[in-house]
Amino acid sequence: MTSAAPDHAPKYAQLSLPDRIGKAMPLLLVPLLVVFGFLSIGSTSSWLTLTVSGLAMGMMIFIMASGLTLVFGLMDVINFGHGAFISVGAYVGISALLALESWTGVPSLLLNVAAVLAAVIAAMCVTGALGWGFERVIVRPVYGAHLKQILVTVGGLIVIEQMIHVLWGPDEIYLTRPETLKGAVTFAGAAIEKYRLLAVVFGLALFVAMRLVLKRTKIGLIVRAGVQNGEMVEALGYHLRLVFIGVFIAGSALAGLGGVMWGLYQEVITAGMGEEMMILVFIVVIIGGLGSVEGAFIGALLVGLLQNYIAFLEPKLALISNIALMTAILMWRPQGMMPVVKAK
Amino acid sequence: MSDPILELSGVHTDIAQYHILQGVDLVVPRGGVTMLLGRNGVGKTTTLRTIIGHWQAKSGSLRFDGADITSLPTPARARAGIGFVPEDMGIFSDLTVEENMILAAASGPLDPARLDWIFAAFPPLRTFWRSEAGNLSGGQKQMLSIARAMAEERQLYLIDEPTKGLAPAIISTMAGALRDLKKKGASILLVEQNFSVAKALGDTAAVMDDGRIVWAGQMAELAGDAALQERLMGLTMEAH
Repeated sequence: MTSAAPDHAPKYAQLSLPDRIGKAMPLLLVPLLVVFGFLSIGSTSSWLTLTVSGLAMGMMIFIMASGLTLVFGLMDVINFGHGAFISVGAYVGISALLALESWTGVPSLLLNVAAVLAAVIAAMCVTGALGWGFERVIVRPVYGAHLKQILVTVGGLIVIEQMIHVLWGPDEIYLTRPETLKGAVTFAGAAIEKYRLLAVVFGLALFVAMRLVLKRTKIGLIVRAGVQNGEMVEALGYHLRLVFIGVFIAGSALAGLGGVMWGLYQEVITAGMGEEMMILVFIVVIIGGLGSVEGAFIGALLVGLLQNYIAFLEPKLALISNIALMTAILMWRPQGMMPVVKAK
Repeated sequence: MSDPILELSGVHTDIAQYHILQGVDLVVPRGGVTMLLGRNGVGKTTTLRTIIGHWQAKSGSLRFDGADITSLPTPARARAGIGFVPEDMGIFSDLTVEENMILAAASGPLDPARLDWIFAAFPPLRTFWRSEAGNLSGGQKQMLSIARAMAEERQLYLIDEPTKGLAPAIISTMAGALRDLKKKGASILLVEQNFSVAKALGDTAAVMDDGRIVWAGQMAELAGDAALQERLMGLTMEAH
């Protein structure tokens, strides 16, 4: 067939240098913050310890936040109940670890890893199933109604927290990490906890895996497209509701995983831990840009690093550091660093 | 006349508290281009969105290829063979052109022969295959939007104002692609404000006013009757 398209097709819109720098700026924030920490702290060993600690904290917050940002992006659902999955995941995982004390109490890497894997799988299965039920019973009746979503998901959070009290009792549960995850390694004069290193590696691996799924698979394409324009995805023949349920279940399971990791990090769990973490999780989702996994990743690292640096430099300011970060980023980019959902 | 590909009977659609479609009766013949015409705000876009299922009809029935699709959700209608090109193009701007096209092939991988045909119709899509769709020009985005609907064989294409705001050379490209689609035997329901394009492409036409079809017939008949055009659509000779 002959085409009437001109050979001199309109040029592809090239971004100017300032625009390109502006686009890449969120990616530069983490290294800039690390350099700021180095210059402010002075001591290399303290800086290294705080940086690894901040990265570990950031990775765990990212794991908890990634599902929430996709859920919001895909279906415009504000789920305050997400914190419940963090708490339930921690309780199920830690209960599994306590039950496997004979594996965690011996200095065997194989047995310790097997115990942690079993705990993680148990936590993710339970929170994934809980997420499925939560979506059906609590979220589904309130699609498109933000105020009702806030009210019923907060209600769901309270109910699940109370159920934790009923099942596990009202007291916090203390735990010790598996033997091979205790202690620290010394590097460049800095003592770095083994568990924090593990959390950094695990979080990074999970981020890479999520990116691969989102960028290289068709289901990932559907999710990314659905976050931008769900109606159009449906008009192409995809059942977005089924995709959303899958993402909701995966997000809940990831929150459960984050709960186990956070519990092992703090070495104590409470029914309210998820609710407390939700403040940081929401900050990360908002500053990252709604619907953006990459934005949530960068936001989580910024939150983790800044909190650790400020707690060392000016402890009294640590409590407000994240709110200040969110304020600064929203003044710079009102829709967050890498917003995917722009029109809602 | 052979059995129609699409038939709407007494379709009413509300958007929030507004009663937009007020009993639409529309027949789209199998094969060829049916123009859906009318002034702004008479319900043309709502009609297309009701057919694809973005808005559910409050009452009335929709039959596609002989089957009742009134209660089917949007994905089922798309899989039944209805392609949709919305007025805002619905491009996934953060995805590349390639990713947009991969997504458009819902039932499997892209067919290379079909892709070649699409590239012949819209050469810039080959040039910018790996570029982010959000950085394309308006005309290129419209090409991508139509190309996406063409990625798989559909029996019916719903296309909403594909030439809006485009340069004449791009409009001519669009018209060429739609003619080609028609030659392949597809049925097209086309909303178009550019009457010259409508005259050039349309086989049959339906004119809407106040949420209803007020006239239906051959496009040539409408094109040849200036008084009818002015009465139905407020068109004057300057519009030609």
